[in-house]
Amino acid sequence: MTRKFLPLAGVLAAAVLLVATGCSSDDSTDTGTTTEGKVNLTYWSWAPNMDKVVAGWNATHPDIQVTVNKQDGGDAAVTKLLTAIKAGSGAPDIMQAEYQKIPTLVSANAIADIAAQSASVKAKFPDSAWNSVTLGSEAVYGVPQDSGPMMFFYRTDIFAKLGVTVPTTWDEYAATARKIHKADPKKYLGTFSAADPGWFSGLSQQAGASWWGVQGDAWTVAINDAATQKVAAYWGGLVQVGAVSNTPMYTPDWNAALNDGTQVGWLGAVWGPGVLEGNAASTKGKWKAAPLPQWDPAKPADGNWGGSATSVTTQSKHKAQAAQFINWLNTDPAALKALVTDANVYPASTDATSTALTSPPAFFADQPDFYTIAAEAGKVTNPFTYGPNVNVAYSAYNDAFAKAAESKQASAFTAALATMQETTTTDMKNSGFKIAG
Amino acid sequence: MTMTPFPSTTRRRGKRAGVPYSFLAPALILFAAFLAAPIGYAGYLSLRRIKVSGLGLGAGSRVEKWAGLSNYTRSLSDPEFLPSVQRVALYGLIVVPVMLGLALLMALLLDAGRTRVGVFARTSIFLPYAVPAVIASLLWGFLYLPRISPFVDVLQSLGVTSPDVLSSSWVLYAVANIAIWGGTGFNMIVLYTALRAIPSDLSEAARIDGASDRQIALRIKVPIVLPSLVMTFVFSLIATLQVFAEPMTLRPLTNTISWTWSPLMKVYRDAFIRNDIYSAAATSVVIALATFALSFGFLKLIGARAFNQEDAS
Repeated sequence: MTRKFLPLAGVLAAAVLLVATGCSSDDSTDTGTTTEGKVNLTYWSWAPNMDKVVAGWNATHPDIQVTVNKQDGGDAAVTKLLTAIKAGSGAPDIMQAEYQKIPTLVSANAIADIAAQSASVKAKFPDSAWNSVTLGSEAVYGVPQDSGPMMFFYRTDIFAKLGVTVPTTWDEYAATARKIHKADPKKYLGTFSAADPGWFSGLSQQAGASWWGVQGDAWTVAINDAATQKVAAYWGGLVQVGAVSNTPMYTPDWNAALNDGTQVGWLGAVWGPGVLEGNAASTKGKWKAAPLPQWDPAKPADGNWGGSATSVTTQSKHKAQAAQFINWLNTDPAALKALVTDANVYPASTDATSTALTSPPAFFADQPDFYTIAAEAGKVTNPFTYGPNVNVAYSAYNDAFAKAAESKQASAFTAALATMQETTTTDMKNSGFKIAG
Repeated sequence: MTMTPFPSTTRRRGKRAGVPYSFLAPALILFAAFLAAPIGYAGYLSLRRIKVSGLGLGAGSRVEKWAGLSNYTRSLSDPEFLPSVQRVALYGLIVVPVMLGLALLMALLLDAGRTRVGVFARTSIFLPYAVPAVIASLLWGFLYLPRISPFVDVLQSLGVTSPDVLSSSWVLYAVANIAIWGGTGFNMIVLYTALRAIPSDLSEAARIDGASDRQIALRIKVPIVLPSLVMTFVFSLIATLQVFAEPMTLRPLTNTISWTWSPLMKVYRDAFIRNDIYSAAATSVVIALATFALSFGFLKLIGARAFNQEDAS
């Protein structure tokens, strides 16, 4: 029996070997080939028309040519990058990275410290954005590209019809939500979305939360802190009395509600016009933007929903040139203008407001102060530190708050927060991260 | 090296001995590359883990090391794992009998020649199988969402308030419905083909003996196609254990489907959301072993009897 199968096992082993070597010997997709001093860089980004923005650089920098490789989105690009890092090849030189993914990428040794080339542009960015790329250290893991200060969008026509005014505090928001739902049980001022952890973390950021932090050589995790508890209890209360809806955003159902006027308002961010235009184009001219409602009107604050930086990967063979391009992309006036007009990006650079954001987005053409509101919000955005396992916390948010939203019990919302904290710290301890406290 | 000539017969036999393996080689290489190697690698990964030190930032702060069976204990003791297994068991209890029951019924009806529009009916029952599960789930998702579902409007105009099928008490049936819709056609074709292979003189003889149509179906046809029924059952069982595309596609539409709704969704979450391929590999191995045990256990239990019956008839 054994002798009969010996050759068979031999063929099998040879085949496995063949496959294994075939996988590891392929380096042909490597980046950054140098020919006669000319450097070619690849750049992964999911912003629309980024190649048009980059064309402006390529035209004036014949020695550093950048090729854009369009990605599906933030999550997909990170998964791809981490796979390439693990494989040892296949990563681009330059990578668009969402702020909340930067600690994960740094922890996986996927993005490089470019402090030598990029520390000089610090003054061009608000502290909250700069903090996201340094993680509070001396290192610089990227240059901020865009930020997403949160704003409140509402239907002016329905507000006028129902005789309600724009809420400026969260108390007023709750009262308005109740009033609107009472006037028409089909209508809601907003929804609590368990599908959007970035939305909830932005609202918590406004309330003063910072879910992670660095204390010496240990992490702190403060998801279940007083500020976030306040936000969770607030939304739990609104869902319990039925003043706001409890179904997720970004579903065909939600789109229909935006279109037919049953979603009367939306707590979104500066990139909101694009979403509204894409999902409810027929409502153009009926929306207006306002600052986010405040907890304490005397101390206005804001949070971010979304935003990303441009980083250099550890696999790049031309890190200095890549950093040079990144500085240009996110601070040069011409590049900022192109980012706004071609790529629909709200630049993180503080210069952008005066140079590139001079007219409102097309969907809010009647509101000349659109970008002034956004800039004010950006100025008062609270600092917020992301941790190395944001994905774990975010997926825990999805599951725990979905259950809470479905139960429509305010107490379930605060319990969900505790679950989120527990899941996040357990995962970190399990991986070996040092946690303070 | 001494050149001792081999006896010619041995040499020829030696040459011939290699021939079967060279014929087998393409299949073996493919098997090794796309089945054996990945399975082996998953098994290896399931015994590894990442150990981070301190803040975990910067090069060298994370090392891959031996984990023993800790991934397995973690995966099996995850509070979400057992509920997901129970959920899928319940899902299987709905899907498998309903789907196979419908498939058998339709196959028998088509075979009895009662339907005038045989070819058309056969094609239209089979057609949903050709729709990819993700597309089917999106289509059904649109039909389930109350604000855009045409059913809700129709029911409302009839004065009936339809239940929210994506709510926690209905969502299991909503997912099961998609699987039944997509899978019945395939099983029907398998059973129908088996029915067509039965010589018609058996039915004729039974009819002469005074058997009714129902008796012919239950006493003659069903026992004969039992092996096919067993096969479709095993296929359905495996598909149930691997349910993924339908709940995954519906997940963003509702609060009632979690990341760990089914065991395979937990694998996906661990590997691609939490970047923990090691515990995902461990859970995959557990699911694979459970699938093997269930399918072969069932075949052993019922297979012999079913095939014996075929021989006896």
